[in-house]
Amino acid sequence: MQFEAPVRNPLITGGKTIHDVTEDICKQVEGKPTKLWLMAFTAAVGLFMIGFLAVAMTLWEGIGVWGLNKTVGWAWDITNFVWWVGIGHAGTLISAVLLLFRQKWRMAINRASEAMTIFAVICAAMFPVLHMGRPWLGAYWALPLPNTFGSLWLNFNSPLLWDVFAISTYFSVSLVFWYLGLVPDFATIRDRATGIRQKIYGALSLGWDGAAKTWSRYESVSLILAGLATPLVLSVHTIVSFDFATSVIPGWHTTIFPPYFVAGAIFSGFAMVLTLMLVIRAVFKLQDYITLEHIQLMNIVIIVTGSIVGIAYITEFFISWYSGVEAEQYAFYNRMQGPYWWAYWSMMTCNVISPQLFWFKTIRQSIAATFILSIIVNIGMWFERFVIIVTSLHRDYLPSSWAMFSPTIYDMGVYLFTFGLFFTAFFLFAKFFPVINMAEVKSIVKSSSEKKTS
Amino acid sequence: MKESQKTYWKGLEQLKNEPSVVKNAEREFPEYLPLNSNGEGNANRRDFLKMMGFGIAAATLASCEAPIRKAIPYLNKPVDVDPSIPNYYASTYVNGGEGLSVVVKTREGRPIKIEGNKTSPIARGCTSSQAEASVLSLYDKERLTAPMKAKKPVEWLAMDNEIRSALSASGQIRIISNTVLSPTTKKAFGEFIAKYPNAQHITYDPISAYGIAEANRRSFGESMIPSYDFSKAKVMVSIGADFLGSWLSHVEFNRQYADTRRINEDHREMSRHYQFESNLSLSGANADYRSPIKPSQAGFLVAAMYNAIAREKGRPLADAPVVKNIAFMEKAVKELLAAAPGTTLVVCGSNDPAVQVLVNGINVMLGNYGTTISTERPMYARMGDDAAMTSFVKEAAAGKIDAVIFFNCNPVYNSAEGKALKAALSKVKLKISTSDRMDETTDLADYIAPDHHYLEQWNDAELKQGQYSMVQPAISPLFDTRQAPESFLAWSGNVTEYYKYLQTNWKESYFPLQNTTSNFRMFWDKVLFDGVFEVAGNTKTYTFNAEAVTSLANSISQNYKGAGDIELVLYEKLMIGDGSQANNPWLQEASDPISKATWDNYLTISQDMADEMGIDMVEENTKMADMTVGGKTIEVPVLVQPGQAPGTVGLALGYGRTKAGRVANGVGVNAYPLITKLNGANTLDVTTGVTVVPNGKTYKIARTQTHETYMARTNVVQESILPEYQKDTKAGRVYPKIYKEGKFYQPSKITLWQGHEYKNHHWGMVIDMNTCTGCSSCVIACQVENNIPVVGKEEVLNRREMAWIRIDRYYSSDAEVNDRKGLLDASANPEVTFQPMMCQQCNNAPCETVCPVAATTHSSEGLNQMTYNRCIGTRYCANNCPYKVRRFNWFKYHDNTQFDKNLAMNNDLGKMVLNPDVTVRARGVMEKCSMCVQRIQAGKLQAKRENRRMVDGDIDMACATACSTDAMIFGDLNDPNSKISKFLKIQEKQDGEGATERVVGEDRAYHVLEEINVSPNIWYMTKIRNKDSETEA
Repeated sequence: MQFEAPVRNPLITGGKTIHDVTEDICKQVEGKPTKLWLMAFTAAVGLFMIGFLAVAMTLWEGIGVWGLNKTVGWAWDITNFVWWVGIGHAGTLISAVLLLFRQKWRMAINRASEAMTIFAVICAAMFPVLHMGRPWLGAYWALPLPNTFGSLWLNFNSPLLWDVFAISTYFSVSLVFWYLGLVPDFATIRDRATGIRQKIYGALSLGWDGAAKTWSRYESVSLILAGLATPLVLSVHTIVSFDFATSVIPGWHTTIFPPYFVAGAIFSGFAMVLTLMLVIRAVFKLQDYITLEHIQLMNIVIIVTGSIVGIAYITEFFISWYSGVEAEQYAFYNRMQGPYWWAYWSMMTCNVISPQLFWFKTIRQSIAATFILSIIVNIGMWFERFVIIVTSLHRDYLPSSWAMFSPTIYDMGVYLFTFGLFFTAFFLFAKFFPVINMAEVKSIVKSSSEKKTS
Repeated sequence: MKESQKTYWKGLEQLKNEPSVVKNAEREFPEYLPLNSNGEGNANRRDFLKMMGFGIAAATLASCEAPIRKAIPYLNKPVDVDPSIPNYYASTYVNGGEGLSVVVKTREGRPIKIEGNKTSPIARGCTSSQAEASVLSLYDKERLTAPMKAKKPVEWLAMDNEIRSALSASGQIRIISNTVLSPTTKKAFGEFIAKYPNAQHITYDPISAYGIAEANRRSFGESMIPSYDFSKAKVMVSIGADFLGSWLSHVEFNRQYADTRRINEDHREMSRHYQFESNLSLSGANADYRSPIKPSQAGFLVAAMYNAIAREKGRPLADAPVVKNIAFMEKAVKELLAAAPGTTLVVCGSNDPAVQVLVNGINVMLGNYGTTISTERPMYARMGDDAAMTSFVKEAAAGKIDAVIFFNCNPVYNSAEGKALKAALSKVKLKISTSDRMDETTDLADYIAPDHHYLEQWNDAELKQGQYSMVQPAISPLFDTRQAPESFLAWSGNVTEYYKYLQTNWKESYFPLQNTTSNFRMFWDKVLFDGVFEVAGNTKTYTFNAEAVTSLANSISQNYKGAGDIELVLYEKLMIGDGSQANNPWLQEASDPISKATWDNYLTISQDMADEMGIDMVEENTKMADMTVGGKTIEVPVLVQPGQAPGTVGLALGYGRTKAGRVANGVGVNAYPLITKLNGANTLDVTTGVTVVPNGKTYKIARTQTHETYMARTNVVQESILPEYQKDTKAGRVYPKIYKEGKFYQPSKITLWQGHEYKNHHWGMVIDMNTCTGCSSCVIACQVENNIPVVGKEEVLNRREMAWIRIDRYYSSDAEVNDRKGLLDASANPEVTFQPMMCQQCNNAPCETVCPVAATTHSSEGLNQMTYNRCIGTRYCANNCPYKVRRFNWFKYHDNTQFDKNLAMNNDLGKMVLNPDVTVRARGVMEKCSMCVQRIQAGKLQAKRENRRMVDGDIDMACATACSTDAMIFGDLNDPNSKISKFLKIQEKQDGEGATERVVGEDRAYHVLEEINVSPNIWYMTKIRNKDSETEA
């Protein structure tokens, strides 16, 4: 039996009973789509369609429609890839790591953040395929498939191949974990539904019967999956950072990248979770479940990871000076004072300075401030990847090949496409799936709920 | 139909009604099909599946359409044409007055590559970028395909008859041409003139050397241009002559010049080169001391040098004002005088006879005639007569000319009188042109008798007196064209075929001049095989007429007085030259070695002038300006050019074509109308009446390199000066060291790599930055050899040009080594370094490890090879290439109307130029220098067929072959006797394991970016300038 110290702030406010939890969450799934939801969903689909034109053009004409050149071979494509993968980090962290650490406050947010993870990883996975010169071949040649081409096999030295494994593993584990958590909730909806809806949710709930043995197995599998997923939190972005760290390009060739990327990923992931949760909380009126306490705790994670990222930036600079390597020193000088100085300083402001504002309790507890800062952090994290990729490439070893990169509408269009994809999927999720893990929240109603005052 | 009563039997069995037949009578097949016989007589599942699989496959195959084979095999194979085996023919590249002995490589009867003819006594195997590129002009779809009258195709016979009668009715007839090198063509002209006595042959050259010929007439009594030999010069001074880039026989001069710049441990001496000029030329970029001057100072400078030398030599002085403030003038004079007689050379690019007479005087005083200057073999390259051309245009304008025949020339576009001529032509009744395309002049012609391309014709060329080079066809004419001299013969009533005519002429005129053989057939075959023929040259002796100096010096003080604030110097760019080959996209897209610009001409201005005008050139973005010259205003983009003399601007000729073809039309502005006259000769220097006003419009100039300096990175460029090198052959070398656990190591000593084992060959290359003049022939040679696409101006602006080899051009900067911002800017008068850069074929290649699908791998011979078929285009390899030499196919460049300027890949005719040994790359794959692996392979096969081991020199890369200065040496590092091994002084370490353990003994050889230990197979030799050390200077 769980016991919560009375000095802790309650995780559920409003004196909710277990039945209230079911009612509050199922209401969204069972009700008719609201006008607001319809509008938001239409906008997302619109974005998706517009973005799709850019994707189609890219596939038809070739990636020449993007702004890349002989010197800068990756820019928005890989920036967006790393950005989305980074965002996809919060889900696993919340559901796996916090589960192992028995952090109960994750229960209100893990469902949505896992969904976010899955959609973000799908968006991220678009780029490695789209950025290829010949995606129609690359999409399967990059996999270790047996073939009849002779002795053709993959190059296991290539970090890009490691990416393929890292991302696909992460995606499958996250998907299973997320779905597993959904099963008891689907059963709840099934039990309340009639007709075709009952059939669909019945099928989705995989015959859940709520027996003690089922619950026991469910919890064991959750724990095992959490154990499996925890190393993935560290491995995925570590491997993504190897794309850069194992290269010879000044600004990329850095051993600090793995921890720095992981911290950055959690940083941006939490910011994205905050952005989404604040909206859901307001739209679905879930203030009692996603409380200020939750927001405050997430903001603290943002301060910690933001500070790690800041220290990483400073360490990079120190090492570039300390290394005595001319090209390395120039790469960092160029970040600060070169033609892309604005990207660097945007990154510094958004990622290092702005999260420090959360030291102030008023800001940490202000919903408006949190919302704005969470968006700023994600802008900053996008610039971080842009700075690493573009400013390192555009002026590397031989000054004769130095060049500038400027994006075209197709670069932007493909980025918009992933936004469209992400929000379309997320809105569908928010409408048809329970956005809060009812089963888990119910488990803490007794121990962590605010007592009814009246 | 009546039923047949006859009975047919299937066999005797049926006739006899045997029981087995009766039993199976109703069956379609009398026996069981093997389908059912699996031993036990039952059909089994496996057989069923097999039959079904076969059936489906067969049905599918049967429904496929068989491909239509367009290639028709030889019915009778020509004796000397073997599929896939190239044939080589000696020939001569002729373009206007320019001629170069070449060897034409043909595959299956198609010329695909031009290389230098090593037996030529003049060029000795050198080629120019224009000659290399000329093979594409053969397959230009915009060539005229038939004779025309009033722009409608007609028959040759009918046209000839009409022309003959029209000519007979004409009074004054003029043949207008550029310098004609062919003595047999001139003979045909002679027959024509004999038939029409009122005909005259007038020659002009787009870029005239009339002033030099005229000066020699005054100095020596004969109008000629002597030969120059830079290889014998220890001190050379050039005043505005870009002898490495465009001046006279620049291809030949490149080789001669490099001979004086080649240094090694045992030969620590090199020539000293002074250059006084306005625009930064290729020669200026190579000079040891370069002094920017205004063109109006050139005359005074020459006069002052003349007087300074005359004073020393006790000769009478010329009457000229004293000039000061020209940097290095005194120093140059001092050194000219200090050098032994005959070991110096002073050349001048001016076309003013007065100035050239003084230059002659200087060279006479320095004793250079007979050594560095030779009248034995005067050059026949630019014999155009500016005065004759001027008077012709005047006569035509006055309506005194009845007929004019333009022989392969385009004076409406490329002569100083173009505009006047165009107006005057309306008064000429009969206008005939022999041009190969509907150019600016031909467009005005009544009849067009299109000439063959030089690769389709028989001809000869006298490049220098007594030095002949043969033009031999490498393909039968593609179109209904006729060799122009044959047209002249036809119009003069001689129906001889030109080939016969040529042979007869050679039998009569040249066969008797030799005594090696008495059989003309053998002589003829030998001449064609060698491509060249040499007889004794000019033996006349000349005396210098010193009076001319004094009489002409006056004109200098008069002509160079009234200099304006801004002076304009017109020049020729290396690639486009005079513009006659402007429709060749290879030349348009190859970047100028100095400005690195493509697809444009532009006004070069100094940084100071740009600051005054408020123009800040960032990357490709610049502004337009209105330039007014003598009342003519043209709008032209400006380009900030370090080294541009203060108060001067430069503009390239050869652009602004309107009727050259889809590639050249509308590219740049035409500068020919700005040519002015001085002492009767065309001059490219406009010293007065020039104003430049920026008009605020923006413009983008497509440059392949936008960053000018090497940022003081000594791991990229290692250079020093001769006095330092004389003391220590390691001068300028930088040896990076890596710190590890308390010690400093050579980068190659700390590595994760295990090295590769190269059991057979190990290819490598050395590039000598001292002899590389930056001429860029290698760039075009590579483009032709390796089917490299042209991407057009827009894509060059997007920084996506495809060249596998590029000439990195770095300027020096005045800033301190630590001033990172200051280092971005080049000096006002910078030192220039050229560094050819291509795939370094790294032994520890960073590209190879990162490719996810192993599309780029290491060969067993040290090559980093690209498998296009396997490439999925992640571009990770390009990102991880420290040299940024990988090129990506962003679009489909072949068979794509969006890239129709890529002539070699977008129509059936153009595709004939493609090298069949090299794949045309698909969209989305990476490509890069393969070290001409197809040539390596061909060489290996050849050796194998001859049952021997390959020897050094059997194969060479396209770039190295094209290099006029032998700055590139390719070879096998595993072969201790190869040229490259000897050059690098390679020693094998006994305990070595693979390539990295090989020790290079040559002190000048270094790897670019040695500290990252990618271990390239390309070495660079330090750049050594012949400058005095600072303490002495």
